[in-house]
Amino acid sequence: MVKRWKSVTAAGGRGRLTGGRGEPAMGSWGTPGLVAWVQGFPVVGQLVLLVVLGVMAQPLWGAPASPRGLRARDVRNDAGRALTLDWQLSPDDDVRLDPPRVAGYRLYRAEVTPEERPRFERIRDEQDLPPQVDEVVDEGLTPHQPYLYRLVAVDAEGRESAAAELDQPVRPEVWYFDRNKRWFLAITLLISAGILFFIRQARRGVELKIRKIAGLEAVDEAVGRATEMGRSMLFVPGIQDMNNIQTVAGITVLARIGRLTAEYDARIEVPTSRSLVMTTARETLESSYLAAGRPDAYHEDMSYYITDEQFGYVAYLTGYMVREKPAACFFLGAFFAESLILAETGNSIGAIQIAGTAEPAQLPFFVAACDYTLIGEEFFAASAYLSGEPEQLGTLKGQDVGKLLGGLLIAVGCLLFTYAHGADSPAAQRAVNYLRFQVLGTEDIPEEILEPGE
Amino acid sequence: MKRTIPIIIAAVAGLVMVVAFFVPPLIDWRETAEEWFNILAAVAMILGGASILAMHLRRISDQKRGWGFSLVTLIAFAITLSVGLFKVGVPPMAEYPDRPWTGEYITHGAPLWWIFQYLIVPITATMFSLLAFFVASAAFRAFRAKNAEAVLLLGTAFIVLLGRSYAGTLLTGWVPESYAALTLPGMTDTIMGVFNTAGQRAIMIGIALGIASTSLKILLGIDRSYLGNRH
Repeated sequence: MVKRWKSVTAAGGRGRLTGGRGEPAMGSWGTPGLVAWVQGFPVVGQLVLLVVLGVMAQPLWGAPASPRGLRARDVRNDAGRALTLDWQLSPDDDVRLDPPRVAGYRLYRAEVTPEERPRFERIRDEQDLPPQVDEVVDEGLTPHQPYLYRLVAVDAEGRESAAAELDQPVRPEVWYFDRNKRWFLAITLLISAGILFFIRQARRGVELKIRKIAGLEAVDEAVGRATEMGRSMLFVPGIQDMNNIQTVAGITVLARIGRLTAEYDARIEVPTSRSLVMTTARETLESSYLAAGRPDAYHEDMSYYITDEQFGYVAYLTGYMVREKPAACFFLGAFFAESLILAETGNSIGAIQIAGTAEPAQLPFFVAACDYTLIGEEFFAASAYLSGEPEQLGTLKGQDVGKLLGGLLIAVGCLLFTYAHGADSPAAQRAVNYLRFQVLGTEDIPEEILEPGE
Repeated sequence: MKRTIPIIIAAVAGLVMVVAFFVPPLIDWRETAEEWFNILAAVAMILGGASILAMHLRRISDQKRGWGFSLVTLIAFAITLSVGLFKVGVPPMAEYPDRPWTGEYITHGAPLWWIFQYLIVPITATMFSLLAFFVASAAFRAFRAKNAEAVLLLGTAFIVLLGRSYAGTLLTGWVPESYAALTLPGMTDTIMGVFNTAGQRAIMIGIALGIASTSLKILLGIDRSYLGNRH
């Protein structure tokens, strides 16, 4: 494995051992008696003796050997708030040693300013940097501010080794564009351009062919059935808040169902698990009733709040279904473990059920227990489909551009991967990696699969 | 104006989120927008509480069927709210022994902790455990072999169910290593890794496109149905 060190504005300096100011001493061994004894030997003998004594006495000093090669580099594609530091482990940081000589590492940081000398403060200790850890990301930094770092190994008694520190300060740089997302941006813009193109076409009166979606065709039938039976309808917008796009998609369908309900003079109830969803649902229903020319039929109690607690909400809904036996149940939003409980209860009371969610794990449960299920994109298409407005239908057609692009990328990826695997071609493998991590992903290519020199 | 301002707010907040995804220095803006949402949601909680009170009080006053449950709900609501809000039984922090409200509201042993630990958790677990029975009834209905597709589904489910349990290993453990793909666990891995993953990814691509399209409609103000119909 070869690591790539991309240059940063302030180069991460190689580490060096210091025993200077402010650092813990390695142990006092220069007593006058000992010096006089050593001086009694010839020069070569003194040197040999010093080395032997040094090696023998090291365990007695207690402090472990220092880590080496402390390096710092800027974290790419961030807001200039983080630096990555790495180092070579202390020679005493050996898992085979029993008892271990190193209990961890302590990292010190100092801000470099022209006014005063750097003052190091401990930012990580042995709990954060246990033995065998050789990298850490220091976050929460000030952009462009130069920093110095100092790293020591520490033993179980808290004795610190000599420090490894940077030669030069290093500063976190601001990246004004996340380069790993350039392909993502390009694809997003392409799909958006496709959608906008078809919206424009629709506005010009070009007829767009949209396939029939059975689940949405059944909405009228469900409302009609509830009216004929004189029973209410239950609309469940999921268990997430309004910041979830699925909840927004569910509420847009509610607008259409609310209007039908007003026209047919049926009853609808919208219990919610979030207060904000309740207020939005009320606004939506009020507008729907107004649009249907029945503002007098609207009342606030159509939508009400139950609880944020997932299964508390489920308990209310299942209880309501069993007691009131609604003729139609709509489950349109973000659902999780409660999906099957709700759908099965609805099934047991014989209600016509239409469900839609973008949670792939919940779709099988809805398919098994509901009459109609809007799968993935159909759920998001519901609003446009039901409205029948040309410009909204144009957005559905625009998604086909994305599907075409997705299909092309899948085909290219399959061919490329097959070729790279069969021909054992490094160039093709590089292309596969680029497609996989850069075009389809938003991360750097992992260092483990980089070839030397890349 | 009542409709224009929400549309502008939605468009601006949405654009900030999109741009901050690509421009790292704008992450703070995104976080600010998220904080604003949390503040709004917290304020809306008051409306939620008012909704609960109004609904159940009306049921009690009208003596509707099951009004006793509404009474229990309101009593539980009042007790939990007051115990939590006033930190009943919560000891003060060690640093401020003379300030009674400085302790954590969910301190171990406090009444609110007790309510959570011994009422909410077991009740929630009970509801969740019902799922096992619903899975059985749904599976019974879904796996009835009434046509070719249902037979295929039944067969696949049978293989995966056995392959995911120890029974799969036990039943096909005698198969030689070179034919491991034909064992029940081997077939399960193929079904899940190839057919299931391919299907899931197709759905995920559709969902991603649907989200992009819906987001664009909201950002551009084309779809305003979440604010009610325009006509």
